Amino acid sequence: MSQTVLEKDAPSQAATGIVDCDIHPNFRSADDLSPFLSARWRDHWRAYGAHLRQGLSSTLAHPRMTPAVARADAWPPGGGPPGSDLDFMRRQHLDAYGIEHGMLMCLRPGGCDERNLDFAAALCRATNDWQIEAWVRNEPRLSAGITIPQEDPVAAVAEIERCAVDPAFRVINMPPRMMEPPGRRRYWPIYEAAVAAGLPIGLHISGVPGHPSTGAGWPSFYMQEHHANAQSMQAVVTSLIMEGVTERFPTLRFVLIECGFAWAPSLGWRLDKLWRRMRSEVPHVRRPPSESIRERFWYTTQPIEETEEPGDLREIIDWIGWDRLLFSTDYPHWDFDDPRFTFRIQLSDAERQAVFRDNARFVFGL
Amino acid sequence: MRQPTQGAIDCDVHVSVPSVGALLPYCDDYWRDQFRIRGIDRLDFSLTAYPPNAPLSGKPADLPAMRAHLDRFGLRAAIAQCLHGSMALHSEDMAAAFCRAINDWMRAEWLDAEPRLFAAITVPMQSPDLAAAEIERCAADGRFVQVLVPAMTDMPLGRRFYWPLYQAAERHGLPVGIHAGGMFRHAPAPTGWPSYIIEDYAAQAQAFDSQLLSLITEGVFTKFPGLTVVLLESGITWLPPFLWRTNKIWRGLRPDAPWVDRAPPDIVRERVRLTLQPFDAPEDAGKVRATLRHIGGDGMLLFSTDFPHCQFDGDRALPVGFPAEMLPGLLTGNAMATYPRLAAALRETVA
Repeated sequence: MSQTVLEKDAPSQAATGIVDCDIHPNFRSADDLSPFLSARWRDHWRAYGAHLRQGLSSTLAHPRMTPAVARADAWPPGGGPPGSDLDFMRRQHLDAYGIEHGMLMCLRPGGCDERNLDFAAALCRATNDWQIEAWVRNEPRLSAGITIPQEDPVAAVAEIERCAVDPAFRVINMPPRMMEPPGRRRYWPIYEAAVAAGLPIGLHISGVPGHPSTGAGWPSFYMQEHHANAQSMQAVVTSLIMEGVTERFPTLRFVLIECGFAWAPSLGWRLDKLWRRMRSEVPHVRRPPSESIRERFWYTTQPIEETEEPGDLREIIDWIGWDRLLFSTDYPHWDFDDPRFTFRIQLSDAERQAVFRDNARFVFGL
Repeated sequence: MRQPTQGAIDCDVHVSVPSVGALLPYCDDYWRDQFRIRGIDRLDFSLTAYPPNAPLSGKPADLPAMRAHLDRFGLRAAIAQCLHGSMALHSEDMAAAFCRAINDWMRAEWLDAEPRLFAAITVPMQSPDLAAAEIERCAADGRFVQVLVPAMTDMPLGRRFYWPLYQAAERHGLPVGIHAGGMFRHAPAPTGWPSYIIEDYAAQAQAFDSQLLSLITEGVFTKFPGLTVVLLESGITWLPPFLWRTNKIWRGLRPDAPWVDRAPPDIVRERVRLTLQPFDAPEDAGKVRATLRHIGGDGMLLFSTDFPHCQFDGDRALPVGFPAEMLPGLLTGNAMATYPRLAAALRETVA
């Protein structure tokens, strides 16, 4: 039966608290990062800036539809870009929605995409130290993610080892779009370090590796580029399974952030079918791919899938598993999901607690 | 045993040019000389995507094998596609010469020999102008019922660069069939070059997804209101998540492409069709029915076998759990509505 009830009030969710698995902190200005860079890299940054695999330095080649990709009301009254003022974030977001815990997802200054590997490592180090000093030390409701220079796995492992001793870090973040598919062996030392640290790998849509953002080539419009995020994450899942990463590192968890989730059952079916025909090409893949998808991947909810019939969403989540979804808002970005109105179907108390809080507590060890 | 596919139209069978040498009788003097002098006539121009002995590839069909296939499933008609290695060439002139020869070879060696066969026009995607010229050249023969383009091209298919091709296709009532496979101009996945062929195959569905959105967003369906697009070997289960995500993003971002004046799912249901194989839903009647309900529109799926590729075992061309009430449309009605030239030819046969 299809349930088309639109929930207007949700008293239970305030009572249980919410874990928001995707909050974007920002710098007030580039100077914020300076104290965390050595003089050598401060000078380098000032002189050369970032060296990326794209043509534009201050925006992406598909300009967004709102300034700073943000909600119009998220600009702090005291100045600075959205996401740069902790007090305002507390008032507008953490307190207002009863966010019990928030996972910081730092998208700038792009150490992951920097072509100069030494500078990439310095930027990631500085970003990690800044997250702790500017955010987590001042707000116990927030946790940080370890940003790593994944194209230099030796430096990435060193950064993981340096940061993982601090419980403020709860996840290791990599862009889904890297120089090579994430299952390729060059990245395996990162997965070994993640297992050793007991931390999940978070993949938040991002990355400018120079490859077209779709298998069909470069799209023209932001509308397409935004859509393509769901595809790059399917390629991530395919690669991690077919290269054998999910079976080689059986305790490693992968959190897929801001890429949707309705595609997951279809991907699992397709991979199973291909694997049954072609497993002789990948004998190291011993389990049906859909089983690995079911056990090893989690998905943040924003932007929430909007099925044409609201009740179909329940069907999709039943197929994926209610233990797989992690509530997220994407604060302060334009396509923010308000926890009161995210789901257009009625959730049971157990489903609500799992999606809004308990699944995240489990995955991130909160 | 009588097959449930008796009288069906198979919208995706494959013929292969055995070697470039087989095309020489269909080349003009210049290209015949070129292919001979350069030794190109000794090459098979096979695609890396279909290693000859791989499990899905199947043995290339000759005419008796094709006839046996038509007989075995009791098919009334089949649409032959020729996916040729010339799609990977960089020279648009050589690619166009290949396409002209392939289409003439198709006509002489397949269509003239077997009245149940129809064909797609192979076109040089390297040059939409030359592609349009080839469509014009072939369109006089009513047995060409579709234009064939690959799912992975130099750039997304909606780009205005390609519009001369759509204009020609629309003018002649030829649906554009986008077929799995590509030119390998760039990595097949948005994450870069995968290690294994199985990953390249898995990436096809995402390429179709991108191409469909490109056609919608760039305004192809708005500009060419008579154009139908058929997705060949795309699978079908990725479509509902595509429709939901595209619908949502369009509502949020439609000033980015203001000429898209209808909800994308409405455009897709009216103008896009998908072939059945490789059917990618599990053998679970509940999930098959749910997926078909999510896709909506009874007229969207076209029966296909992908012969001689091995997408299913034995005679099981119809997926487990496929609803009986949808079979008449799937097997014939939808194809007749999608391919006006095919429908006209079949009506002529009856009359």
